[in-house]
Amino acid sequence: MKGTLTVKTASLAIWAVLLFAPFLFQDVRSMEVAARIAVFIALVASYDLLIGYTGIVSFAHTMFFGFGAYGAAISLKHIGAGWGALGLGALAGVAVSLVIAVLIGLLSLRVKAIFFAMITLAAASVVLVLAQQLSGLTGGEDGITYKTPAIFKTAAKLMVDEDGKVVRLMGVKLNGKLAAYYFVFVTAALMFWMMLRITGSPLGTVLKAIRENEARAEGIGYKVVAYRTAVFCIAAVTASLAGSVYAVWLKYTGPDTALSFTIMIDILLMVVIGGMGTMWGAVIGATALVMAQYYLRDLMEAASTAVASVPVLPDLLAPERWLLWLGIIFILLVYFFPSGIAGTIINKGDAK
Amino acid sequence: MTHPSLLTEDLTIRFGGHVAVDAVSCAFNPGELTVIVGPNGAGKTTFFNMISGQLMPSAGRVMKDGIDMTRFPASKRARHGIGRAFQLTNLFPQLSVLENIRLAVQAQAGEGARFFRPVGRFTELTARAERYLEATKLQAVAHQPASALPHGDQRKLEVALLMAMEPDIYMFDEPTAGMSLDHAPDVLDLIAEIKHDKSKTVLLVEHKMDVVRALADRIIVLHNGRLVADGAPDEVMSSQIVRDVYLGTAPATEDASA
Repeated sequence: MKGTLTVKTASLAIWAVLLFAPFLFQDVRSMEVAARIAVFIALVASYDLLIGYTGIVSFAHTMFFGFGAYGAAISLKHIGAGWGALGLGALAGVAVSLVIAVLIGLLSLRVKAIFFAMITLAAASVVLVLAQQLSGLTGGEDGITYKTPAIFKTAAKLMVDEDGKVVRLMGVKLNGKLAAYYFVFVTAALMFWMMLRITGSPLGTVLKAIRENEARAEGIGYKVVAYRTAVFCIAAVTASLAGSVYAVWLKYTGPDTALSFTIMIDILLMVVIGGMGTMWGAVIGATALVMAQYYLRDLMEAASTAVASVPVLPDLLAPERWLLWLGIIFILLVYFFPSGIAGTIINKGDAK
Repeated sequence: MTHPSLLTEDLTIRFGGHVAVDAVSCAFNPGELTVIVGPNGAGKTTFFNMISGQLMPSAGRVMKDGIDMTRFPASKRARHGIGRAFQLTNLFPQLSVLENIRLAVQAQAGEGARFFRPVGRFTELTARAERYLEATKLQAVAHQPASALPHGDQRKLEVALLMAMEPDIYMFDEPTAGMSLDHAPDVLDLIAEIKHDKSKTVLLVEHKMDVVRALADRIIVLHNGRLVADGAPDEVMSSQIVRDVYLGTAPATEDASA
């Protein structure tokens, strides 16, 4: 159990850092990174439930994320910047996600995995094109900017002193930005916790059984299609809620932030880096990739300057080559951690 | 006589032009252990697959307690009390032995859709799973993944899964195949025990003649997909047709057919 313990400790440490992030790193960019990590942990965890626990390969996870984001965005834009509008938008996103998930699930979870993956890919492409074309509703390529509930305005004061100025706690202004961050943190943590509960429940065992031996799961009395459709819906709803939360944080929703296939690839990378079927791996994978995306360039900038006098090296380390290095890091990770970081540590540690 | 618990009517399956099982009609009664024998390729496992729902018949019906199961998927038949153990070990390899058994218990109890309370807190399910763990003498390896077990223990786990389903109809497909001599009696004792419960119907595909003699209340013989003999063990074993189709394929000794 040593491996499991290591992974859990590391993941909880990451959650602890996220909890205190506004106080530990007092700059705008770090907050962006922390919020993105939190949202992606929830998103990746829900995807792990599909691919890692049940063995369902779907490329439509960003589609559900997008439904939630656009639901919140459209509602906040057209109805107004209130909690009611946000709730309505999030619910609408969930409703659309559920309907589409049930349809895709029932129609196609009976077919072979590869065909299912293709169907989800097709659905996701259609939705992406629709979002880009229906500019009246979605803002097209430009997306939508909107206001969020008043408490999340940067100027909002959560606590004021006698002079009416916003109170500072350990140097951090208790303003709307902080409220927005904790809204993201709490909702993401709740979603992650929910995913953990599911994997530990009887349902979680059934999902693993389906992944391991679908025919036998059916043979001992589990209606596999129903279970697969159910888990597809659970993952879709979670992704949709994560999308709504992220839409609140960004105050902007467009194809690039909510629907593009780049996000789908990020999710896949995070699951693979973290470790499929480990759930805790979502925390590690999401953190690793988001950090790399935000800081690898800075790191290379620094490295490039440091070796400025050496020939060739500065060119190799030039910040614009960050994707090349990200690729190399990814290949090395897959080589040394074949079951993902969490998966490999658990396997090795528990074998001892 | 009691009413038959399981009934096949003209059960037939064709693969292309080949008729693998040909119009087999047979009634199975509670409290009776029927051994199904026949040479390799006679259609025994295919016959089983149609009863437990892994294959859909081309014609004919499968009835259990008067309910037509012919179009039911395997999961629904399982929930109606038709339980099946497989000839080739068919487990959940990465899950622990206890988890394997608990899955079957959980399916039987209808608790599979519970999604919030941790598995460990369903103490009733775990207790039931542990009973079958004990019955099959697998306590020592309870927390090992099924794939790590030696073959004999995997066969026992296969039987434990079937028992944990608590079915009315027990279907064993060569339960002792490939088992060492010191393991096989454990499994055979379990089958004998099930047989004592007069409400249960047991179907057993078996090649080993000593096993057949020890357990069978009745033997049916399949040959080229047809039911060619049906009756009490002594009667069937001594009949000419059985010598021709079955024992005839292993001329040296009776036991060599195993």
